[in-house]
Amino acid sequence: MFREFSSADVMFLVMAIRWTVILSVLAFAGGAIGGLILALARTSRIRAFRWAATGFIRLFQGTPLLMQLFLVYFGLAVAGLPIDPLLAAAAALTLHASAFLGEIWRGSIEAVAPGQFEAATALALGYMDRMRYIILPQAMRIATAPTVGFLVQLIKGTSLASIIGFTELTRAGQIVNNATFQPFLVFGTVAALYFALCWPLSLLARYLERRMRRTIAR
Amino acid sequence: MYQFNFQPVFDNLDMLLVGAWLTIQLSFTAMVLGMIVSVAGAVAKTSGITVLRLIADVYVEAIRNTPFLVQIFFIFFGLPALGISMTPNTAALVALVINVGAYGTEIIRAGIESIPRGQIEAGRALSLSPNRIFVHIILKPTLRNIYPALTSQFIYLMLTSSVVSVISASDLAATGADLNAQTFASFEIYLVLTVMYFLLSLGFTGLFAVLRRVFFSYPVAR
Repeated sequence: MFREFSSADVMFLVMAIRWTVILSVLAFAGGAIGGLILALARTSRIRAFRWAATGFIRLFQGTPLLMQLFLVYFGLAVAGLPIDPLLAAAAALTLHASAFLGEIWRGSIEAVAPGQFEAATALALGYMDRMRYIILPQAMRIATAPTVGFLVQLIKGTSLASIIGFTELTRAGQIVNNATFQPFLVFGTVAALYFALCWPLSLLARYLERRMRRTIAR
Repeated sequence: MYQFNFQPVFDNLDMLLVGAWLTIQLSFTAMVLGMIVSVAGAVAKTSGITVLRLIADVYVEAIRNTPFLVQIFFIFFGLPALGISMTPNTAALVALVINVGAYGTEIIRAGIESIPRGQIEAGRALSLSPNRIFVHIILKPTLRNIYPALTSQFIYLMLTSSVVSVISASDLAATGADLNAQTFASFEIYLVLTVMYFLLSLGFTGLFAVLRRVFFSYPVAR
């Protein structure tokens, strides 16, 4: 009938973490590029850019991640591409992360003192130089804490990839549970593994936020 | 070339509207109950009683650092091992309340901590009862201050509630999954579902704006 939940199963779950991490890293890397473009578009002087970026962010923040995953997954077939769970999950999570990081980073860019923009412009720096040397380095410091906080949300979000059939940590848990039928132990272990991934990041985000507050207060 | 076929969706639009209504009911109930859990959690965290604070800390950290999907699996499939069995719909509601309660606890705790001590001391000096101090001096101004954070968390809850379809609780996403199993017009169905969720989030945003005017439109004394 069912086999026991053994140390081999625990190892299987621990090994499945790598797919959760790979998916998170892919989505974060893609989301960082998308988020930077969105944040720059949102703070741009060109109205069409601002509108397009706002629309994108509203759309992705106003719909469930699960629906975004399904849409991209079935959308691959519509576009005539092969249906691959990893590709679909990475693409959907990238779009999702882009929207959230875009919104976080927009706030960080806007939090840089306006005098910095003006001083940079007065020094005849062009848009690229102004952003690269003056604004973005300062915005990055402000953005660090909420970005790490979002990373936790993203790691948790990758669990939904299991629903479109990508074998990461949660899906591995379902597979082990189907074989052992010890849901309390299996999903308890899965939850503990996610906790081990996310909690240090949460603590780091909180530490960074406290340090940031002190820097601003000074 | 892919042939779009929205006919199955439009033929069953009434089914999807019923699903949307289920999602509205489920999220709204979870918001109300989650609010109670959040206030209780925030009171425990700021109570100064070590045991209560510790319990609230463990609850908040455990929930905020694990995925909702795993929480709902644990509650629906895992808890029956302890003799706690629930129907999918009950498990869905319980999971949502526990989940939003943890985020709400943190939001309301931050709000309570930002109430100036002098306000509470002034309340005591006026010999208001502890209950009245809590309701009028601590809770109401707190809710007013954290209203935007709390309501966006509630909208996020409504979006998250789509995940309950995986344990076949009845909601909009589950209705869509049923329709998908009958018609296989997957992309079209999920496109319409996504639009419906978007409209729901706009609807809740509007509702929260109205509630804000009703409850918190009084001027702030300085």
